[in-house]
Amino acid sequence: MNEPKVLPTDYVTKPGEFKTSTGKTLRTDEMIINMGPQHPSTHGVLRLEVVLDGEIVVDVIPHIGYLHRCFEKHAEHMTNYQQVIPYADRMDYLASMNNDWAYALAVERLLNIVVPPRVEYIRVIMAELQRIASHLIAIGTYGIDMGAFTPFLWCFRDRERILDLFEMTCGARLLYNYIWVGGVSHDLPPGFVEKAKDFCTYFRPKIKELNDVLSFNEIFIKRTANVGVLPKDVAINYACSGPMLRGSGVNWDLRRDDPYGVYDKFEWEVQIGKGEMGTVGDCWDRYMVRVREMEQSVKIIEQALAGIPEGNVQSAIPKRIRPDRGEVYVRTESPRGELGFYVVSDGTASPYRIKARSPAFVNLSVLPEISRGCMLADLVAIVGSVDIVLGEVDR
Amino acid sequence: MEELLRSILGDTTLVYVIAAALPLLFILPYALVTVWLEMKVSAHMQDRVAYMYTGPHGIAQPIADILKLLQKEDTVPGMADKLLYTLSPFFVFMGTYAAFAAIPFSSAYIGSNIDLGVFYIVAISSLVVIGILMAGWASNNKWSLFGAIRSVAQIVSYEIPTALALLVAVMITQSLNLQEVSRFQEGGIQNWVVFGGPLPLLKKLLLIPFTLTAFVILFIAGIAEVNRTPFDLPEAESELVQGYNTEYSGMKFAIFYLAEYANMFLVSAVAATLFLGGWNSPFGDFLSGPIWGFIWFVTKGMFFIFLQIWIRWTLPRLRVDQLMYMSWKVLTPFLFACIFAVGLILVL
Repeated sequence: MNEPKVLPTDYVTKPGEFKTSTGKTLRTDEMIINMGPQHPSTHGVLRLEVVLDGEIVVDVIPHIGYLHRCFEKHAEHMTNYQQVIPYADRMDYLASMNNDWAYALAVERLLNIVVPPRVEYIRVIMAELQRIASHLIAIGTYGIDMGAFTPFLWCFRDRERILDLFEMTCGARLLYNYIWVGGVSHDLPPGFVEKAKDFCTYFRPKIKELNDVLSFNEIFIKRTANVGVLPKDVAINYACSGPMLRGSGVNWDLRRDDPYGVYDKFEWEVQIGKGEMGTVGDCWDRYMVRVREMEQSVKIIEQALAGIPEGNVQSAIPKRIRPDRGEVYVRTESPRGELGFYVVSDGTASPYRIKARSPAFVNLSVLPEISRGCMLADLVAIVGSVDIVLGEVDR
Repeated sequence: MEELLRSILGDTTLVYVIAAALPLLFILPYALVTVWLEMKVSAHMQDRVAYMYTGPHGIAQPIADILKLLQKEDTVPGMADKLLYTLSPFFVFMGTYAAFAAIPFSSAYIGSNIDLGVFYIVAISSLVVIGILMAGWASNNKWSLFGAIRSVAQIVSYEIPTALALLVAVMITQSLNLQEVSRFQEGGIQNWVVFGGPLPLLKKLLLIPFTLTAFVILFIAGIAEVNRTPFDLPEAESELVQGYNTEYSGMKFAIFYLAEYANMFLVSAVAATLFLGGWNSPFGDFLSGPIWGFIWFVTKGMFFIFLQIWIRWTLPRLRVDQLMYMSWKVLTPFLFACIFAVGLILVL
C-alpha cells in the first residue's frame, strides 16, 4: 500500500463510453467541482477548480485574489517608511513578526544602519517564537484536514502561551507592529525572559505528545506518506522555499545560508525530509520538517535568552527617514519560506516601489504539478502540507 | 410486551402504536444525553470545558439545540428534488428505528420477538443507504452526491464483515432470536459469547481467540456503518464540506442527526447482545431481573458509545481506497478464518 502512486498511462481525460453488462452504452464524463473559496480545508479563501474523474483528480487550477488588498500600492502612498509596517503585519497574519522583520531589515539595508545588539537578540527571539506559533497552526490545521480534531486544539493551547508572551511585550496578540525600522517599539517587559524560558521547558514535552497522537499515528502515516511527492528538481524549478523545499531533501535555510540578525551565533541544525515513511518529498516529510523545526526554534530561543545583552532598543535614526536613491532586495526565512522585500527609494520620505516575494504564493504554484492523479482526499492533504496563508498569497 | 398491552387495552390498533413507539421513549432522551456526552468527552480530551452556562455543566444545552433547530425555517434548495429531499431524512431514521424492534432491551421487553432477529436487523438497517443516496442525489449539490456515493460504497462493503461477525456469535448461540441469544448467555460474565459462551472449559479456551477477534471486527465495522471517524468519509468535513447532508438545515438536519445517534446505539446494542450477554448481569443472579436487565443493557450500550466517542476524537480519517482495502482484504478474510475455526471447534 505504501508504493508511490503512478498515474495510469492509458488514462482517459476526455468524455468516454462505458459498456454495462447488459450491453447498454453509458456516456462517462469528468466532473468539474469548485473547492472553495468557502470550503473548510482551503485554509482561507483559495478557490481550486478541480477536474475529477470519480474520486481521482485530473487537474487542479488554483484561483487566487479573493483577499487582495493592494499592499504594494498602499505602501507607495504612505507618508513614512514606518507606516508600512502595520500593512506588512497583515500580509502573513500568522507570522507577523517575521514580516515586520523582513521589511525593517530591507529599509535598514537601504539606510545602511546597524541596529543595537540587544535589538538583534530580541528580534531573533520574537521571530522564532512566531515560527513556532505559525508551525503549530500549520500542524494543527493539517490534523483537521486529515480528520483528527484533537491535535488542532492542543496546538492552539500551546500557541496561546506564545501569544501571551507577545501580548505582554507589545500589547497585541496577532498583528504586533513591534519590529520597527531601527529597532523595536518597546524593550522587553520585566519577567519576559523567565516566562519565555518557562515556555521552552513547557513546550518540549508537548512536541512529543503531538508526535504520539498525530505524527506517528498509523492512519496519519498511511494518509500522508507517498502522497503529493515533490521531487527535488521540481521543487527547485518552481522556486519553492521553506519547509516545502526542505521536505524535498534540499538542505537550504536562509537563516544559515544567507545569515541575517544574529543567527550565525547559535547552534542549531537545518531539518530536511528524509523519506522515513515513504518517498522523499511527500506530505509526511513536509509535515515532519515543521515539527522538527519547532524543536530547533526552541533551541535557538533558549540560546538567545541566555545570551541577550543589555542596551538600547532603538538606534538613533531621524523620525522621518529619507533613504538615498537606490534599491535593495532582502530575503529572510519566514515560517513558510523565503520572504523577500524589494524596496526602491527615490530619496523621498515614502517608498517609490515595494515588491514582496511571498513564499506561500510561490509554493502554491507547484500544487497542480504534484496533485494530478491523486485522490480528492489526497488533494486536501497536499493543500494542507503546502501551508498557505491567503493573506500572503494575495497580499 | 404486546401481550401485556393487549390484556389491558383489548385487541385494538392502539396496542401496535404504543408498542411501536416505546423504543422512541428511550431513543430521544438517549440522543440528548449522548450529544451532551460527546461534547463533554471531546472537550475534556482537548483541554476545554465545553457547555457550561445552560444549566449545571451545560446539561440543558442539547434541549436548547433542539429548540433552535425546531425554530429554523424549513428550506429546500431551489434546484433540489423536493419530494426526495424531504423524504430522505425520514427514510434514514426509519431504517434505524425499524431495527430497534428486534432489540431485547430487557428480559421482559423486546419490540417484536421474532425468530430471525439478527437477520432482520442486518436487512432492515440497510434501508439507511437508500435514504442517504436519496439525500445526496436530491440536494443537487456535487459535494452531497460525492458523500452519498461514498456512503453507499462504504455501508455496503462493511455490511459483509458485520454479518460475518454476527454469524460467529450465531454459530455459538445456535439461534437468530436475540432474546434467546441473551438467555443463552445467562449465568455471569464467563458465559458471554465473547468468552466462549456456556460451553465446556476446553472448548471455551479454544474459542476465545476467535470470538474476541470477531467481536473487535464487529465493533470496527459498526463504526464504519454509522459513518464516524475514522470512517466518516461520507461526511468528511475537510473534504466534502458536510457530505450528503450539506444542504440540510432545521428539523430535517436534526432527524439526520438523531438517526446517526440512534444508529450508534443500534450497533452498540447488537454487539452487546450477541457478544456481551445483552441484558444479563455480569454477576450471575446478583442484580438481575427485568429492571436491572434494562440497566445492564443500557450500561453496556453506553460503554460502546463512549468507545466510539473516544475513537472519533483521537484518530484521523482513512482514505476511500484504504477503507475498501480494510473491509475486503483485512476484515473479511479474518472473519472467514474465524468462522472456519469456530465451526471446527464446535463440531469437535
